[in-house]
Amino acid sequence: MAGTDTDPAARHAEASQDLAGLEAGLDALDTVQTGRTPLREVLLRKVLPPVTAVVLVLVVWQVLVWAEVAPDYKLPAPSAVWDEVSEAWLQGTLLDYIWTSVSRGLLGFLLALVIGTPLGLLVARVRFVRAAIGPILSGLQSLPSVAWVPPAVIWLGLNDRMMYAVILLGAVPSIANGLVAGVDQIPPLYLRAGRTLGATGLRGARHIVMPAALPGYLAGLKQGWAFSWRSLMAAEIIASSPDLGIGLGQLLENGRNNSSMAQVFLAILLILVVGIAVDLLVFSPLERRVLRGRGLLVSR
Amino acid sequence: MATATAEAAEDTGAAAPAARVAHVSKSFPSPGASGGDQLVLDDITLDVAPGEFVTLLGASGCGKSTLLNLVAGLDRPSAGTISTDGRPALMFQEHALFPWLTAGQNIELALRLRGVAKPERRPEAERLLDLVRLRGAHGKRVHELSGGMRQRVALARALAQDSRLLLMDEPFAALDAITRDVLHDELTRIWRETGLSVLFVTHNVREAVRLAQRVVLLSSRPGRIAREWTVGIPQPRRLEDSAVAELSAEITEELRREIRRHGRH
Repeated sequence: MAGTDTDPAARHAEASQDLAGLEAGLDALDTVQTGRTPLREVLLRKVLPPVTAVVLVLVVWQVLVWAEVAPDYKLPAPSAVWDEVSEAWLQGTLLDYIWTSVSRGLLGFLLALVIGTPLGLLVARVRFVRAAIGPILSGLQSLPSVAWVPPAVIWLGLNDRMMYAVILLGAVPSIANGLVAGVDQIPPLYLRAGRTLGATGLRGARHIVMPAALPGYLAGLKQGWAFSWRSLMAAEIIASSPDLGIGLGQLLENGRNNSSMAQVFLAILLILVVGIAVDLLVFSPLERRVLRGRGLLVSR
Repeated sequence: MATATAEAAEDTGAAAPAARVAHVSKSFPSPGASGGDQLVLDDITLDVAPGEFVTLLGASGCGKSTLLNLVAGLDRPSAGTISTDGRPALMFQEHALFPWLTAGQNIELALRLRGVAKPERRPEAERLLDLVRLRGAHGKRVHELSGGMRQRVALARALAQDSRLLLMDEPFAALDAITRDVLHDELTRIWRETGLSVLFVTHNVREAVRLAQRVVLLSSRPGRIAREWTVGIPQPRRLEDSAVAELSAEITEELRREIRRHGRH
């Protein structure tokens, strides 16, 4: 190398040039290639299997009806349930049923979110609070929220407030526990790195703890929604009253009272569809986005 | 001795050291049921001058990471005092980048926590990415970057704190040899350009000699300063340089002697 007899500044400049080229090469070799899967493949892998499953269930159902395994007041034909759907649609009541329940469920869920989030943060970060109510909070998760319906009716009467109380008692523990689990799983390294950057106290909670706990928190929200929806249905089935309006739970109960199995099936179907729709349209995309952004989702 | 320090202070224009560690000891509660404390660091005194590059070298169990945590303010010494010029920046062996942010956003968060106004953050982050030669990586997710690129983003994020002192805890230990070699050059270049003081912890003798102006060898259990070397070899150095190899051999011999002491009782 002739570099030894040139001046140091020139040597540094030359070395720096070399280095830039070397580094660009290394970066290019090491970079992970990512691409998007084509639409056709998405349809084939994600849409085809569930559609096949639904068609299969319908076929089996129809075959059972043709074979007359049960009288039609016990097992209505798919077409009879479909008639119920289109009749309710034509009368304009179908969306009313759904909206009555969904608006209750969503409002209850949002309330649970507002209460459960700070509660979860407190339990996760304050040792005394965790020791005091942590076990109760996880215990409450295993208590079926139907159990809250009778006391809620006695305390609050047959009204919307009672519905919300039951939803909250079901969903708040799930949301809080999800957040606690999320916070517990934060790698200590992130907290140390945050502290060296000056993120302590509330700033630490906002910039480090909450985003780091987001995957666990989302799982808690998802479960919280499932619990909200289930508690609400239990409350609507048990506590029906003319001034409450007809939600999906009441629809089911009315079907039973009218001995209309097609209506009962319709109600069950709608409850299921709403549950699946909220999961597919809200939580799954949210969860996928968060996990993919962090490189935690392995796409095959 | 007192006159010697006074002279040294005059030499450096009476500037305060970037870090001053004075008679620091640290003990942790013993893990056994026997009780009593385990002494990890024993009477460490060490100054890092402004713009100086110091490596702390030692075998496992010498408490070098503990010392770095103390200087970083993540833990308190049991005895002695530590003063630094502002809050030091710290780089870990793992990149410790936040995976919910992009490379650029990681740097911008550091700027934000430092109090930089919003309109200035983006250009400043771009400048720092440029400094570590990652122009155009602003929108990249952490998992899309290679190990070497992640450590460079982590370095840029540490630089975003605008501290006078950069603490590095074996930051290149998990990288492959080629990448590590490149990052040695990179770190040397950035250190020269920024005039930062660096305190760099490693167990790799050649890495220590390759980078530092001064190598400080710690003994193990408890950690004490065993010996110091001033490295006069001009930069840019290469790992293969004979002068680097010679000094590395000498330090390795000393390190082995330190380690052997522990096998004898």
